[in-house]
Amino acid sequence: MKSLGSIRKSFAPWNDPAATPYIRFENVTKKFGDFVAVNDLSLDIYEREFFALLGASGCGKTTLLRMLAGFEEPSAGQIFLDGQNLSGIPPYRRPVNMMFQSYALFPHMTVEANIGFGLKQDRMPRDQIAARVAEMLKLVKLEQFAKRKPHQLSGGQRQRVALARSLAKRPKVLLLDEPLGALDKKLREETQFELTDLQQELGLTFLVVTHDQEEAMTMADRIAILDKGKVMQVATPAETYEAPVSRFVAEFVGSVNLFDGSVSAREGSVASIAYGDGLTIAADNAGDAAVGDQVAFAIRPEKVRVASRKPEAGADNVMSGEVWDIAYLGDMTIYHVKLDDGRVIKSAMLNSSRLVDDPLTWDDRAWITFAPDAGVVLTR
Amino acid sequence: MRRIFSAIASRVVIAVPYAWLLFFFLIPFVIVFKISLSDLAISMPPYTPALEGLRDFFARLSEFDLENYHLLMCDLLGYIGVGADLCRGGFSTDFFERPYLSVAYISSLKIAAVSTFLTLLVGYPVAYAMARAPQSMRPTLLMLVILPFWTSFLIRVYAWIGILKPEGLLNQLLLNIGLISEPLVIMNTNTAVYIGIVYSYLPFMVLPLYSALEKLDHSLIEAAQDLGCRPLSAFWKITFPLSLPGVVAGCLLVFIPAVGEFVIPDLLGGSRTLMIGKTLWSEFFNNRDWPLSSAVAIVLLLILVVPIVLFQRAQARAQE
Ligand SMILES: Nc1ncnc2c1ncn2[C@@H]1O[C@H](COP(=O)(O)OP(=O)(O)O)[C@@H](O)[C@H]1O
Ligand SMILES: [Mg+2]
Repeated sequence: MKSLGSIRKSFAPWNDPAATPYIRFENVTKKFGDFVAVNDLSLDIYEREFFALLGASGCGKTTLLRMLAGFEEPSAGQIFLDGQNLSGIPPYRRPVNMMFQSYALFPHMTVEANIGFGLKQDRMPRDQIAARVAEMLKLVKLEQFAKRKPHQLSGGQRQRVALARSLAKRPKVLLLDEPLGALDKKLREETQFELTDLQQELGLTFLVVTHDQEEAMTMADRIAILDKGKVMQVATPAETYEAPVSRFVAEFVGSVNLFDGSVSAREGSVASIAYGDGLTIAADNAGDAAVGDQVAFAIRPEKVRVASRKPEAGADNVMSGEVWDIAYLGDMTIYHVKLDDGRVIKSAMLNSSRLVDDPLTWDDRAWITFAPDAGVVLTR
Repeated sequence: MRRIFSAIASRVVIAVPYAWLLFFFLIPFVIVFKISLSDLAISMPPYTPALEGLRDFFARLSEFDLENYHLLMCDLLGYIGVGADLCRGGFSTDFFERPYLSVAYISSLKIAAVSTFLTLLVGYPVAYAMARAPQSMRPTLLMLVILPFWTSFLIRVYAWIGILKPEGLLNQLLLNIGLISEPLVIMNTNTAVYIGIVYSYLPFMVLPLYSALEKLDHSLIEAAQDLGCRPLSAFWKITFPLSLPGVVAGCLLVFIPAVGEFVIPDLLGGSRTLMIGKTLWSEFFNNRDWPLSSAVAIVLLLILVVPIVLFQRAQARAQE
């Protein structure tokens, strides 16, 4: 199997069998009455990792963070931090800090007092508190706003104060609950990069919750995809996108074309997948899919090529149809091609030149092709 | 045309509360103020008439004087023990030598302050528990707080006599379970007045506190704990400061009527319980000195209004 790219190639403690996890969720279940918010979940997170919990709203992400911070006790299972079992330890004694979804800034205190609050609880000498607060204000670029109250700040500034406050105590682990949820798109994108830089610089372990997959992929070393309180997959952003383990993950992360069928033949790593009326797809990297297995073939739109001319004979995986819909996005164009058997396939083509000689338009005859190793075979 | 009409309509709407204040506060105030400027007369009503027509008004204006306020001032000077030469002759010497109004004022303020503090001590936990109760239970709890208002205030205070008197419910209970061997003397003491005021004014304390505490975002407490604050310390650093507007509103709502309270000290207090409301009542009905008691009432009003205005100024400045 060809390797998948990673932003920080050298950092991969999860592949090192000798590495011990820093945070460990062990068969953790959380019930609210009859409702199971987190369901027998196990997860290992390593020191200095930027780890993202990704899932739809209500899947139990916040509950998981709150259990680590100590606001909720698991109904079953254990949580370990740096080898220490956290059960029964109150929030004010845990070496983790949380940035709340609502920021939870103290409205009656200045920015300065908010940031210094945790240090004061630790009885740090005054001059050291002042120095640390100044350092934090500089870090989040709010030096001029030290004396303001939270209600006199913009949303983005409040977010920075919340971040500075949760970082001021230099926690072993920083928990961030939808840290950028309240910001507008542009500010959000800027802040994503700032957060990753900050995490690298301070060498802390970040555990961030988000429902925005782009955000998770931009920032995290690894992503855990959650659904109904269960982990569906834990992997690097590239792996979650290029090698999803199930239909759910393939559909949840990014956009995907799915072909349901069964394995009709197997030749080395290549499987033939029969779908529809006597049509087959040749799929490489078929894993352990055996002849007769019900599988789904998943392929991302940008790996599907669309052309107005019929490809030469002998090409793999050729399908024909007509252009059903076109969405021009500037950097790329998304074609919806209605195949002759009725299914609609999405293809994303990069607009690498400004002018095209022979553009495809609505209702044109079109051929789509993709390489056997461009998609994945999903057995779940 | 329509715009003019709606402009007039909006003025009328704004004018309603002002008209209300004018009729039910300002006019009675002016009447009392006017009485306080007139002299005592043995007649019906027991003060020299004033204000019968405009011409009469100007004629009478010269008869108005600050005599009653002078007496009040002498009472205060006598209480402090300075400025004897300002109070020579007539009644003013009597007031200077036997000050009783200042004693009543100060005793009222003291009793009101102590009972406001006690009401706060009792009311805060109640309001806190209500604000932390499950959402579905809160309307019921609110209802229970307001429920006593459905029976007459007077009857409820009378009921306390039955509880507090030497052979009353409380003493019988304590005697029966053997906690005491002799009945406690609570009735006709300041303690009974405190109990009465705390009981009667508790809803006025609980309601503003509840509304302040209910608004409080619980994640602030969690954030404080997350930053290393123990629960009790989080209460003093976060919950209490953020509930201060409710504390102040509740304290004013209890303190102001408690200072002028008349029924509770009269029914539950003893002969040694001095409160300005009681003094005012006896000045008014026993001595029939309407002008002096009007002056007493006006001064009471000033004593209460001045701190409120100062407080509101301070708060408006803090808001900026
Ligand atoms: N204190 C609670 N009592 C009852 N149900 C809760 C409580 N907290 C969370 N839940 C439920 O648990 C589920 C997961 O919530 P949460 O962890 O907040 O989800 P999210 O992934 O959106 O952060 C939701 O359906 C929510 O209604
Ligand atoms: Mg959430």
